[in-house]
Amino acid sequence: MNRIKKAFELSEGALLNIFFTAGYPRLDDTMGILRKLQEQGVQMVEIGMPFSDPLADGPVIQQCSEIALQNGMNLEVLFEQLAGMRKEIDIPVILMGYVNQVLQYGVELFCARCAEVGVDGLILPDLPLEEYRVLYKATFDKYGLGISFLVTPRSSNERIQLIDELSSAFLYIVSQSSTTGSGHKDSEAQLSYFERIKTLDTRNKKMIGFGINSQESFENACRYGDGAIIGTAFLKALKEQADLPVAIEKFIEKIVKQAV
Amino acid sequence: MSYTANIDGYYGRFGGAYVPELLHHNVEELRLNYERIINSQTFQAEFRKLLQDYVGRPSPLYLAPRLSEHYACNLYLKREDLNHTGAHKINNTVGQILLAKSLGKKRIIAETGAGQHGVATATVCALMGLPCIVYMGAVDVSRQAPNVARMKFLGAEVRPVHSGSKTLKDATNEAIRDWINNPEDTFYIIGSVVGPHPYPDMVAYFQSVISEEMKTQLKEQTGSENPDAIIACVGGGSNAAGAFYHYLEKKEVKLIAVEAAGKGIDSGESAATSQLGTEGIIHGSRTLLMQDKYGQIIEPWSISAGLDYPGIGPLHAHLIDSGRAKAVSVTDQEALDAAALLARLEGIIPALETAHAFAALEKLSFGNKQHVVINLSGRGDKDLSTLIGKEHE
Ligand SMILES: Cc1ncc(COP(=O)(O)O)c(C=O)c1O
Repeated sequence: MNRIKKAFELSEGALLNIFFTAGYPRLDDTMGILRKLQEQGVQMVEIGMPFSDPLADGPVIQQCSEIALQNGMNLEVLFEQLAGMRKEIDIPVILMGYVNQVLQYGVELFCARCAEVGVDGLILPDLPLEEYRVLYKATFDKYGLGISFLVTPRSSNERIQLIDELSSAFLYIVSQSSTTGSGHKDSEAQLSYFERIKTLDTRNKKMIGFGINSQESFENACRYGDGAIIGTAFLKALKEQADLPVAIEKFIEKIVKQAV
Repeated sequence: MSYTANIDGYYGRFGGAYVPELLHHNVEELRLNYERIINSQTFQAEFRKLLQDYVGRPSPLYLAPRLSEHYACNLYLKREDLNHTGAHKINNTVGQILLAKSLGKKRIIAETGAGQHGVATATVCALMGLPCIVYMGAVDVSRQAPNVARMKFLGAEVRPVHSGSKTLKDATNEAIRDWINNPEDTFYIIGSVVGPHPYPDMVAYFQSVISEEMKTQLKEQTGSENPDAIIACVGGGSNAAGAFYHYLEKKEVKLIAVEAAGKGIDSGESAATSQLGTEGIIHGSRTLLMQDKYGQIIEPWSISAGLDYPGIGPLHAHLIDSGRAKAVSVTDQEALDAAALLARLEGIIPALETAHAFAALEKLSFGNKQHVVINLSGRGDKDLSTLIGKEHE
């Protein structure tokens, strides 16, 4: 949690957060990708826990999840891979997945393992706010885990207030009404939504994500939020790359040029 | 014990609405409006009129003499197979399309397994002049070809789904994703008592016309509203929910839910959720589902596309968990045999889904004075190639 706060303090309004799927492209790539992202100056990382039925995800993340599962990724393997990460990784690491994965692992055990390996927060898009408040929050707090809930173009200001109250890592501002990785839809509607979000006074920092795939869209998102999240475009850049570190370097360079 | 959904959509521990924030507004819009709309006089008048004049209700309750003789009890068949489009599914799509219109929606999406729900949705969309997109697993597209052709002829677009097991679960995922991508103008017509609240409650209500009619028909034919038992197959559970609905509180009526065991419960190719499933979340609902210890959903198997689903509706999870309903499972072969028996004894070819309900008669025993209703949820035209092919093996 404190690593998240620190990351926001250190950055100046353009915090780059990269999402990738654990166990993709190969089972043992997780730590290598994490290391390389930190080395490239990425300030925050989200690791996707691959799920068989990812409702909020578009084709690219679906496919990466499927491959990761075929590779043998599961939560046990992931926690083992991350076990030593805090010896070398200083940036915040957030796990993203679906609530059934946490439920089956056991909420308490899951949180304990997260804390043990040094995970800072969670994103569980299908966990209802009220259920989190009543059944999960105390455990998340006990283990010092932050949580980010999603805000969408259709969330009213009152609803955003509630989301802000219960979120503790940052607000995940979904850039448009879509699953992950959809091309950019309606610019005008998006602009007025971003304006609305920018003027809202929230306790949490705002990170804009979904559909960000270029330097231009990254910079645009950073004009309205405290940073932006890139997932699908990054995973696409890893596809069929023999040399992952080079692919990662090239991708980050393309997104941030000298900005970070 | 209560068998109706509470305000948050829970039946006991099961139900709720586990949807990403992207769908919160859609689901909330439904939740806040569905009871008001459904209970309004205009809705009721229109719904009842369409059920009568368009669907052809009431569907007959038929005392099947030769089958009764075969099993030495009194078997009444609730003839949902005689509905327009050939299954119970249309009761629900008529209700939901009226709701969609009332909410001002302009575009309809649906998922389908056997294609019966897809056909029923395409049908009411044609009736109301609304565009219709049906998601269907690629495996089902090929095993239910006649229904694919029917949907297309009715003007619907059928989108084959190639993810996961390429069956009903994946078609449902894809329909939900479409809804996320088109949240304003689109209404999602779910085909069973599954999904986030208020869908299970809503669909159960639309199908409850089945048991509503059964009460009157049984009273006329037997002198009592109550049968001794009601048997229905369960995919997601909508025909069973409709057949059980008005009897849920009547403990003296046995409720029997028949699941697809596929190639056998322990074969690894099964869809018997209540036996193989554990509590978890699927398609926005906390219920029983087939999953591994990491919460990954296990791909089910059934010869019948409409029962090939790894979960069951939260109402049924609650009914089975609390002991109110008894779950029975039936293999592919047992269902095929039951279909053949019904065809030869009564001249009725049931859908493969429905055949599972009939196969359960082999595993249950009733006294010769007892009255048993079997919900004949659909007709078997769509399954003819499977029925014929397998019979000659
Ligand atoms: C004839 C028939 N019966 C039963 C089912 C199973 O669905 P449910 O359990 O919702 O009734 C289907 C589904 O396609 C069907 O077509």
